[in-house]
Amino acid sequence: MLQIDNLTTDLDADSGMVRAVDALSLTIERGETFALVGESGCGKSMTALSILRLLPDSGRVSSGSVRIADVDVIQLPESSMRDVRGRRISIIFQEPSTSLNPVMTVGRQITEVIERHTRISGEAALAKAIEWLGRVGIPEPARRVGDYPFQLSGGQKQRVMIAIALAAEPDIVIADEPTTALDVTIQAQILDLLTELQAAQGMAILLITHDLAIVKKMAHRVAMMYAGQIVEVASVGEFFSAPLHPYAVNLFQALPDTAKRGQRLASIPGSVPPLNQIFVGCRFADRCSNVMDRCRNHPPQLIDARPQHAVRCALYDQTNANDSAASVFAAAPDLPPDSPAGEIILDVRDYRVWFPIRKGLLKRTVGHVKAVDGVTFSIRAGRTLALVGESGSGKTTVGKALLQLLRNAAEISGSVSLQGKSLAQLEGDDLREVRRVAQIVFQDPFASLNPRMRVNEILEEGVASLCPTVNARQRSDRIAAMLDRVGLRRDALTRYPHEFSGGQRQRLAIARALAVEPRLIVADEPTSALDVSVQAQILNLLKELQHELGVAFLFITHNFGVVEYLAHEIAVMKNGKLVEHGSAEQILGRPQHEYTQSLLAAVPRLNS
Amino acid sequence: MPKLVFLATDLVLFLLLAGVAFYAWHATRTPTLRQTWRSVLHDATAMSAAVVLTVFLLLAVLDSVHYRPLLAPAEGAAADAAPAYSTKTLSLLDALLSGPRESREKTYSIPLGTHQFSKESMLVDGKSIRDFPRLKFGGAGLQNPQTDWAPDVISRSVTGLLGGALAAAALWWAVALIRAKSLAVPVGNSLRLIWRCQTDVPWRAILLTASVLLLIGGWIAALWPHYHVLGTDQTGNDILFNAIKSIRTAVVIGSFATLATLPFAIGFGLAAGYYKGRVDDVIQYIYTVLSSIPSVLLIAAFVLMIQVFIDKSPNLFETGLERADIRLFLLSGILGITGWAGLARLLRAETLKLTELDYVQAARAFGVSDFGIMRRHILPNVMHVVLIVAVLEFSGLVLYEAVLSYVGVGVDPSTNSFGTMINSARSELSRDPTVWWNLLAAFGFMVTFVLSMQLFASAVREAFDPRARAFRPQRKMPSQSKLAITAREQGR
Repeated sequence: MLQIDNLTTDLDADSGMVRAVDALSLTIERGETFALVGESGCGKSMTALSILRLLPDSGRVSSGSVRIADVDVIQLPESSMRDVRGRRISIIFQEPSTSLNPVMTVGRQITEVIERHTRISGEAALAKAIEWLGRVGIPEPARRVGDYPFQLSGGQKQRVMIAIALAAEPDIVIADEPTTALDVTIQAQILDLLTELQAAQGMAILLITHDLAIVKKMAHRVAMMYAGQIVEVASVGEFFSAPLHPYAVNLFQALPDTAKRGQRLASIPGSVPPLNQIFVGCRFADRCSNVMDRCRNHPPQLIDARPQHAVRCALYDQTNANDSAASVFAAAPDLPPDSPAGEIILDVRDYRVWFPIRKGLLKRTVGHVKAVDGVTFSIRAGRTLALVGESGSGKTTVGKALLQLLRNAAEISGSVSLQGKSLAQLEGDDLREVRRVAQIVFQDPFASLNPRMRVNEILEEGVASLCPTVNARQRSDRIAAMLDRVGLRRDALTRYPHEFSGGQRQRLAIARALAVEPRLIVADEPTSALDVSVQAQILNLLKELQHELGVAFLFITHNFGVVEYLAHEIAVMKNGKLVEHGSAEQILGRPQHEYTQSLLAAVPRLNS
Repeated sequence: MPKLVFLATDLVLFLLLAGVAFYAWHATRTPTLRQTWRSVLHDATAMSAAVVLTVFLLLAVLDSVHYRPLLAPAEGAAADAAPAYSTKTLSLLDALLSGPRESREKTYSIPLGTHQFSKESMLVDGKSIRDFPRLKFGGAGLQNPQTDWAPDVISRSVTGLLGGALAAAALWWAVALIRAKSLAVPVGNSLRLIWRCQTDVPWRAILLTASVLLLIGGWIAALWPHYHVLGTDQTGNDILFNAIKSIRTAVVIGSFATLATLPFAIGFGLAAGYYKGRVDDVIQYIYTVLSSIPSVLLIAAFVLMIQVFIDKSPNLFETGLERADIRLFLLSGILGITGWAGLARLLRAETLKLTELDYVQAARAFGVSDFGIMRRHILPNVMHVVLIVAVLEFSGLVLYEAVLSYVGVGVDPSTNSFGTMINSARSELSRDPTVWWNLLAAFGFMVTFVLSMQLFASAVREAFDPRARAFRPQRKMPSQSKLAITAREQGR
């Protein structure tokens, strides 16, 4: 159906010519789901855009062919390419809120495709659009067809996007991270919908994702990409039961889950190499635990290590291809057991954060958005409380309000005490004194560090503000010690944040929070912007810190793998309320509340 | 020893230059800023514009060093009497161009003319006739203007252009030599690299612009001592001289008024975006009201008030120039006070966005004061907006001055400015035959200046605005830069 041969895509970036996709070959059969999986920046999305010839202005396909039913679309003129897009091959993007036109009704957006590619038009096209809305599971399709995108929820928008992609009944659908922007329960629904539609339509799906669990749930075959190349191709069963490439093996070990509690996660050192260079050896050599001399100067070829299972690694270039790869890799060392829980650090009682809705000329308050509505929990020293919930459940608001960051924006009631001191009435120096106790680490390491400040200024700011008794020399000593603690070199001090990778920046953010010696760190999705291999590094670091310093974590997340690995206690939030709260074993093993059960059921898992 | 005079605008202009120099020093020491400005330096259009701007700025600076010449001691004065100074304040530029400044005709004459533009009654051989009289200075050396004029102008033009070409050649060679020294390649190779655009800094564009300027300069230098190159105005003043004097006014208005908007725009913009709520409401009301009053009306009212103040306190100012200067100074201030709304609105929006960012939240969690957050976390991150808007607004204000002077509420009538030149063109264009050169000169100078500023500004905006960068069209193929490297290596 789709046959890609030696596809090579170059991008003219600020850092020079970047080879985003390097000699990629794959074939997809009718009715098959083929998953392209890899970390950010490995060339997955560029492959999709190359197939559709929708590359940015600075990119071009330098060589190779993309055949759809024996027509090479790379050679087609743009006018006939337009007949291919939508009719033969179409795409579902990641972000449903930006991939729909906000000023057109959803019906119009679907009929646009139908009228462009089929002979149906007018009333018939509208009827067809309503039929499609029904098929993608929008209730009351005849009524919703006149709705604008803002009237739909995120999951419904993605359903509409799927309807648009499928309206002209293409042979191939590219799904580029179709559920990354959605909550787990919605994600499960969308994935089920795709499977159903595939069964009905018989189209091929090229599924692009970074989430191995989704691959396992959805795909028939899988190709893993690294630094622009495919490093392993196999059927899903083979790939998950016996991965061959060291990168794949390491990734599986780096994924946090219940079974790995109390162990260190196997993290892959370093990060993906920049692609603006000419590689002489294996691209993974610098991070590989099994690196050999020949890896450094012989680029490995994609070879069939087993029937239907190709891998790009020198390990399997020998005769000993029968070796199980897992035996090659050492098991991760255990962490020392958790120290016993200490005194109560944070105590939250009946906490409410209501955002006023103001209307009219005088901005009178006409109502409230009850972001947090009566939450009660406590955290002991050296423990981790995971606050889980879907987007909009108020979990981030809890974290910010606890740190007194929302005082001016919202009406807050209930009590919070840190180490026995109530926070609500504190002002000025007293408040500053308490702020030392609780600090925050944010989700996006690119937004949480001021790009115009050097690392030492960033790290010093908190100490200078909260610990005025510390003089300048002690301050720089303390900062240098913090850098060592989070595993960064001291020459980082004079550099700017943009010179660091995402994982390194998250280390800086952690160092900044630690510099004032807090007892509690509110970690707001600290790893959700990071790749799996880097996530493992950060999770290991957090565990070590907790063990050494006895800090407590309020861990806000939607990632259940991380929760299962890290949390001592779990609190589940929905619509501003805690629906269930208890120890990790209890919540994960015997969830009582209906919502917790549905949440846990929706999480895609590797070992089920 | 003449007495140096420091006018208000002179002081501010020099302070401003010092500020720009400090910023340049700061930018070379800050890696991110250096990176950004380097992309401006590598933009051929921007650098050509910068060459033109430098010439304009140089003329403005020369025109800003003022002094009152020492008068010869009065006859019979005591030897230790206090020295007497002329009441006329001159600038360095006035002194350099004393020829054209003093060669004043009676009234209009066309560019490069030898005769007056209008007829006059003259006594020739005892008879009264009406004819075009000869000019006092323009083409005064010609015996018989009808036959001698064309050859004289042509020979002088050729000499001037040759001189300019020689100077340009010398400049090319000097740049090539300096680059050759630092790269350790022969001068010929270095010249070839420049000509083929294989240098990081677009030297070819810079040198071509400079060459054009030198050619024009040579031509003017050869002709100006003998003719009025761009003619004379109603009162017989040399128009080229007027136009060159107007540059300073334009620079002063553009830069001061921009500078005067900054405290209001930054202060109000940041405060509104940071504190939100009531503060935001009040500030928004202020600038909405301000921008709904016609600004000409507001400025006219202010200028009239200033004029009354100046007229009522004659003791404050020693010379007419000082009076005119204080009006110019205050006019810039008024333009600043009335013109901050646009930038403030942009900064408010940008600040609203920034305050939601995590690093601002982190600073709040550290208990950093509001002022500290605004100074350290917000201001540096909106400075690119300030820079972009300031550079764009500069040219707008230069044009606005012309509008105000045309309406009659601009600079003092005795101050040379493009606006007053255009204002006088109102009557000149309605007479027959029309006097076109005054308007044309003002137009040509102003367009050159403002266009250069705009081109430079667009390069600055592109360098500082991350969103603009995403839309950059495909650059030249990498093979060219590779060529440059191989050529350099061959040279070694």
